[in-house]
Amino acid sequence: MSGQEIVFALLGVVAVGAAILVVTTRNLVHAALWLVVSFGALAGGYLVLTAEFVAWVQVLIYVGAIVVLLLFGIMLTRAPIGESADLDSGNRWAAAAVAVATAAALVTVVVMGFRDERMPLRAGGGSAEELGAAVFRTWVLPFEVLSVLLLASLVGAIVLSRSDIRARPEAGAAADEEG
Amino acid sequence: MLEVVVKLALVAAAFALLPLLVGQAEHKVMAHMQGRLGPMYAGAFHGWAQLVADGVKFAQKEDVVPRDADRWVFKLAPGVALVPYLLVLLVIPVGPGGQVALDLGPGIFFALAVMGVGVIGAIMAGWASANKYSLLGGMRVAAQLMSYELPMVFAASSVAMAAGTLSLQGVVDEWRWYWLPWQAIGAVVFFVAGLAELRRPPFDMPVADSEIIFGPYTEYGGLRFALFLLAEYAGIVVLCGLTTVLFLGGWKGPFLDTELGWLWTLIKVGVLAFLVIWLRVSYPRMREDQLQKLAWAWLVPLSLAQLALTGVLKVAL
Repeated sequence: MSGQEIVFALLGVVAVGAAILVVTTRNLVHAALWLVVSFGALAGGYLVLTAEFVAWVQVLIYVGAIVVLLLFGIMLTRAPIGESADLDSGNRWAAAAVAVATAAALVTVVVMGFRDERMPLRAGGGSAEELGAAVFRTWVLPFEVLSVLLLASLVGAIVLSRSDIRARPEAGAAADEEG
Repeated sequence: MLEVVVKLALVAAAFALLPLLVGQAEHKVMAHMQGRLGPMYAGAFHGWAQLVADGVKFAQKEDVVPRDADRWVFKLAPGVALVPYLLVLLVIPVGPGGQVALDLGPGIFFALAVMGVGVIGAIMAGWASANKYSLLGGMRVAAQLMSYELPMVFAASSVAMAAGTLSLQGVVDEWRWYWLPWQAIGAVVFFVAGLAELRRPPFDMPVADSEIIFGPYTEYGGLRFALFLLAEYAGIVVLCGLTTVLFLGGWKGPFLDTELGWLWTLIKVGVLAFLVIWLRVSYPRMREDQLQKLAWAWLVPLSLAQLALTGVLKVAL
């Protein structure tokens, strides 16, 4: 194993370990903080694979925005210091089974798909220029479809959060109001 | 190898020295602007040694952790708040021709991403203190970061579009004098959003001392509190450095760019730091709703307008 592979494997161990702690810890805020560690290790993994741009965007969006949003939500609703007894759901074994099955399926697909094929890493292969060219030339249609999906969810969120937009009254109900 | 060691030593020295200089300047500038004397005896001349005395005082205080606090998170928080600014300092170029500790390709994104991580330290402190005022402060920190991160990233993207690169070094190389009017809106948005992210007055609602004591830092004392203070001043240095590099042409000056580049950078950073102090003295604290309104109703649309302006001119030229 080369040094790169060892670092990558270690980062993987940290990412998976922290992710397991996220779901097993009984302390709500600790779960969010372990998520930071997991995302950080993931970003480190991208760095080892020369995808510099993706790595820093991962830190900017997930650590800087998503986790902060999560922490804000936890603090706004409840932020108990210490363990919460009611964090375990009765479905934990079913959830564990689904998680393991999903992981097994994904790993099988990757292993079957690539076997022992190896991609040589070259410096700058994951730079912003290469990524931009790929997204806006080869993959421009999926990219635009995703944008439309995000726009739709944005509009939906605004509609849901605005209390001054009421459901349109039925014809009969409107007549009653006028009468 | 030697070059790397020298550069790292210089960055460490800058990290140790510049925040203290800003802190000292803040004491003296505020004292002059508000016509108050302040401590004038330590070290004889204008009380220059007061900062050293403060440092000694912080160092000899007892290390107190509240009984109900979450010990690990409580102790970790000052480090999480401080270290990111040291990392950002690594990528800020001070002069032409590789006068930077670490020349990263996507340097702009690195700087913004790592600066965002520093805020988690304040949120951790707010939660782990087991104090309702700290918790309120932590929430306000989180709310402030979420609203001001967006215009900051937009303003920085506008410069990246104009320069056609994400490298901080590359941005300064491409910089021309007419960028000053062209990117003016972006510069103001970036600087204001950065101030809000650092929780500097007038954006110091999260630490509002007259209503929630000292927000997330209420329960901290001694060295840990000093680390939070140091993080604030290091944050000022980093924000002024980034604004200089992105919007004010970094090491480019009216003459002797190559020889005196580092001096131009330092002068610009110094002037911006003075502006930060001046703003603190001049403006009253903004209310929480005013803060959110400024971010969403002014800075985000302004930064989008700047992005459009940059795009149009970039294509037209």
